[in-house]
Amino acid sequence: MALITAEDRFARLAAEPLVTVSGDGKSNGFFASLREVLAHREMLGLLVRRDLKSRYKDSALGFAWSLVRPLIQLLIYYVVIGKFLRAGEGTPEYAIFVFSGLTIYGFFNEIIASSTSSIVGNSGLIKKIYLPREVFPLASLGSAGFNFLVQLAVLLAAALVTGSFPVHLDLLYALPAIALIVVLGFAFGLLLAAANVFLRDIQYLVEVLMMLLMWASPIVYPIGTVKDLLGNGWLMQVYENNPITLAVLAFQKAIWLGAAATPTTPAYPFPDDLWLRLGIAIVVGLGLVLVFQRVFTRLEGNFAQEI
Amino acid sequence: MTVIASSPAGTSTARPDVVVIDDVSKRFVIRKDKSIKERIVTLGRAGRANREDFWALDGVDLHIPAGETIALIGHNGSGKSTLLKVIGGIIDPSSGSIRRRGRIAALLELGAGFHPDLTGRENVFLNASILGMSHEETEARFADILDFADIGDFIDTQVKFYSSGMYVRLAFAVAVHTDPDLLLVDEVLAVGDEAFQRKCMDKIESFQKEGRTIILVTHSLQQVVELADRAVLLDHGKVVMSGDPREAVAVFRDLLGGRAVDDAQADSKIAADARIHTVAARAVGRAADEPVQQGDDLEIAVEIEHKSGIDDWVCAAHVISPAGGAVFATSTEMLGLEPTPLRERRTVRFVLKNVNFGEGRYFVTIGLSTSTGRHLAEYTIAASFDMTEFARAVGLVALDAEVSA
Repeated sequence: MALITAEDRFARLAAEPLVTVSGDGKSNGFFASLREVLAHREMLGLLVRRDLKSRYKDSALGFAWSLVRPLIQLLIYYVVIGKFLRAGEGTPEYAIFVFSGLTIYGFFNEIIASSTSSIVGNSGLIKKIYLPREVFPLASLGSAGFNFLVQLAVLLAAALVTGSFPVHLDLLYALPAIALIVVLGFAFGLLLAAANVFLRDIQYLVEVLMMLLMWASPIVYPIGTVKDLLGNGWLMQVYENNPITLAVLAFQKAIWLGAAATPTTPAYPFPDDLWLRLGIAIVVGLGLVLVFQRVFTRLEGNFAQEI
Repeated sequence: MTVIASSPAGTSTARPDVVVIDDVSKRFVIRKDKSIKERIVTLGRAGRANREDFWALDGVDLHIPAGETIALIGHNGSGKSTLLKVIGGIIDPSSGSIRRRGRIAALLELGAGFHPDLTGRENVFLNASILGMSHEETEARFADILDFADIGDFIDTQVKFYSSGMYVRLAFAVAVHTDPDLLLVDEVLAVGDEAFQRKCMDKIESFQKEGRTIILVTHSLQQVVELADRAVLLDHGKVVMSGDPREAVAVFRDLLGGRAVDDAQADSKIAADARIHTVAARAVGRAADEPVQQGDDLEIAVEIEHKSGIDDWVCAAHVISPAGGAVFATSTEMLGLEPTPLRERRTVRFVLKNVNFGEGRYFVTIGLSTSTGRHLAEYTIAASFDMTEFARAVGLVALDAEVSA
């Protein structure tokens, strides 16, 4: 360590401006927060790694466990709903269809669930050390993203094995689908993480809502069955324009190859103007990030005393 | 703003402020309803009955210059830890502002960022990065940290298998190697074995020499006097005094004493009528403000009164050392003075023969009680006297010594 004398230190400190760290006159706009988070990006990476490393640290199968759950889920939906209840009839490559939907929805589910508890779960740090608190929901986003990538690799491997690897232009749909999930997940993650500090009921409420939201999107059943029931009325509009449904549809369009019409089945009824709808949803999502980040900043000053 | 610091460390001519606290208040709302159900049930007026305001800080103004070591002292709940957290940016104040410059490290709880499932090495990097160091900086200092923590091969073991001593050593090692300009310390210096505590104190001393600013909260008044350049005494969220640590400690003891007396007097008429009016301490044959020389006789004159009259009483005198410990105590009973009924003001005169205290300022505390030991009145730090320098020795007692070889 270079030896610095007291005078050097005083001179250096005197040259630095006094920065308002809290209270009146603190700059707490979106960009100030962004700058702070960027200054801590290295720590953000370490937090993500901490989450991932510690999760399966002492288990023999380690990381493989993070794949067991979605695979079992896939098995249940494929066998019970696809075969026993015959929802999969008329949907070619049903397994890939279900798995792609589950993968993208699972990503959203994990972001929301772990973001919601991220502030409360890191109370030890928040009560003792100042950090931009946005890093905790962001770290949740990061570790969820890593799990998503692993699952995506499995999905693509499965597609390769079944001989339906998605090599087509529609693969580009995956990008806005993932972007939309990230934006929405971050926006609501911020809001819910802050709200959960003040009202612990939030995390249980979120669990229930996430279950509901999964069945409100065409993940295990084709969207055609909903269309048959609702026709083209406003209810169908609401169903179709649910941003999560849009992301699921776009992701399926990218990964799943069974959409085209065959002699026995009609083409899968993806909604028109999917790009436009995704674009609008992403813009709205970015707006929500701005709004919910403001809410988060308003509430974060009281985190340390509430948890 | 540029300031050329040419003065040696220790004097304070051109030191920039590191922390500026401007009229900071912090209100806590204590709610007794936490779940949605309870909140809805107690909405509106009834809800307000369920909340209680508590001012943890009330209009605190402080300027802390670089290189100073400041101790925050006060009762439990006086707001000292809250103030530390507000300075650290962990809690936002309700009003007022905190301005700061330079790099800060907060040691509010050792190893707060440690994750039990990660190894010591992984935790060092995580914790250091939480305290604001980059990977390269940590890497460069890793050997120093390991050396200071002295935990050997355990560095690659998960920290959940650490003994509490190892845990604390590693955490402290990381914190002191982050090169902070401002270090916040809350009650963590009382950990580890004696050897490690010594190491921590040495480190703090070298921090002081390097011109780093330290703000510490501690209950050890001994530590306050030893370490701090300045003490800030808080009571009910307000700054009572800010200045010389010895004086602040004395005022704090006064506050503590006053509280004890308040409690004792609450239901006692006899105690309520007892008064200690004035206390004076001076060397016999010298002026009142002249320092006391070793070998002088010290006279302590105490004026007492009891409004309703009392037959038996004991007056006690305590001499408190500069560091705050009692060095000498005696009483009228111990000295064999038979009490005569006390009513009007009268003066009790103690003469301490041939005082041989070491150099420094000593304080006198006077107590009045019944002969059965019932507490009547107390006057803490009622007077003080200075002992002159004793060239032949240091310490609390000035014993003459000889040496041969």
